[in-house]
Amino acid sequence: MTAERKIRVLIAKPGLDSHDRGAKIVARALRDAGMEIIYTGLRQTPEQIVETALQEDVNVIGLSILSGAHKVLFPKIMELIKEKGMDDVLVFAGGIIPQEDIRDLKRIGIKEVFGPGTPTGTLVEFVQENAKR
Amino acid sequence: MGQVAQLVQGVLRRNRRSIAKAITVIENNEPEAPKIVAQLFQKTGKAHVIGITGPTGSGKSTLIEKLIRELRKSGKTVGVIAVDPTSPFTGGAFLGDRVRMQEHSTDEGVFIRSMANRNATGGLSRATKDVIRILDASGKDVIIVETVGAGQSEVEIVKVSNTVIVVLAPGLGDDIQAIKAGIMEIGDIFVVNKADRQNANKTWSEVQAMLEMNTEEKSWKPSVLKTKALTGEGIAELLARIEEHREYLKKGAFEVHRKGEAETELVEAIKQKIVESIIADLRHTGEWEKLKQKILTKEADPYSVADEVLKKLVHG
Repeated sequence: MTAERKIRVLIAKPGLDSHDRGAKIVARALRDAGMEIIYTGLRQTPEQIVETALQEDVNVIGLSILSGAHKVLFPKIMELIKEKGMDDVLVFAGGIIPQEDIRDLKRIGIKEVFGPGTPTGTLVEFVQENAKR
Repeated sequence: MGQVAQLVQGVLRRNRRSIAKAITVIENNEPEAPKIVAQLFQKTGKAHVIGITGPTGSGKSTLIEKLIRELRKSGKTVGVIAVDPTSPFTGGAFLGDRVRMQEHSTDEGVFIRSMANRNATGGLSRATKDVIRILDASGKDVIIVETVGAGQSEVEIVKVSNTVIVVLAPGLGDDIQAIKAGIMEIGDIFVVNKADRQNANKTWSEVQAMLEMNTEEKSWKPSVLKTKALTGEGIAELLARIEEHREYLKKGAFEVHRKGEAETELVEAIKQKIVESIIADLRHTGEWEKLKQKILTKEADPYSVADEVLKKLVHG
């Protein structure tokens, strides 16, 4: 009997964005790299996202946000992750996030922030290198 | 406490993290998986397992969302296992069923897990049965299993469910499709979803006619219901019918079902154990490579080689 491990990734859309094109492109790229992607759909609360990550026992959470609410929603999400003892989960973010906010986001535990135009290959490599299995 | 004991205790205490971790161990086929199943086995068998199958896009996930809502109203706890396909080309999967169910994600009485089928055939993943056991042992009253979008022959769901619901939608095929073998034979309840669509009545009557053609004498007569999952219409009737089926099972059919299930599972388990141990043995002695070589060089065909292996086993 051989174990069969896969990287499981939650792609989550916190807040009130009206579209999820970017999130779907990321999901598709990671899927094509052989990972299992769980998608939350639009307009999720931090509680929904973290609880979903817990039930799905993912190795990675990718947060996609366009609305500008990242400074409120991301700290809340990171707090909940710590509260539930899920510190081993890799968290990255993408979407419309100003350069000057990135340092603060990294300080609260978000490993990397990817802006528009990031090649999907970069993302795949990042997840493969940093996800704990 | 070891990892297994910790997970088992956690599952029994309904700790959500433990349930999630235990499922991963089972799904990944880790060495601890059989130990977890063994230790939880006695605590299983209480949940009512509802299998939901049907073509892609017929509305299975949306229907499940509405079922969860109604079940929660009546105080029942619910586990959901939603299976989506793994790519045979990359091994990756996009699991999108729970998008429709996210409203229930923070409800303590609901546990939803998405699973890739990891290229298993039949509409489920290899580990589905044991994942049902985890949710069962964690005290869920009802466990809903959603298959991958099923065409015709994905009938594995029968082996793991107490009640099978086949969800259809109008416009997917005519009465010739309805008479074909496969998923049209496995429903305890049939649902024509999207009942507000054109041709819904036609689809309904085709399925009805198909069921009336049943020549086999069965004590349970499957029926066809109409629903609009998006608005929740017909859900109460569906739940009532599910409850009727559960009552019917309790009157004896359940025992027959369980016996059949025990037999299938035992056969599968023995096959797996024996095959694994024989192959491991052959690999260990180096015989495996020699046997393979015989087939490669056309010295013997695979069946003859298998016969040879069997003879050696029986006669030592």
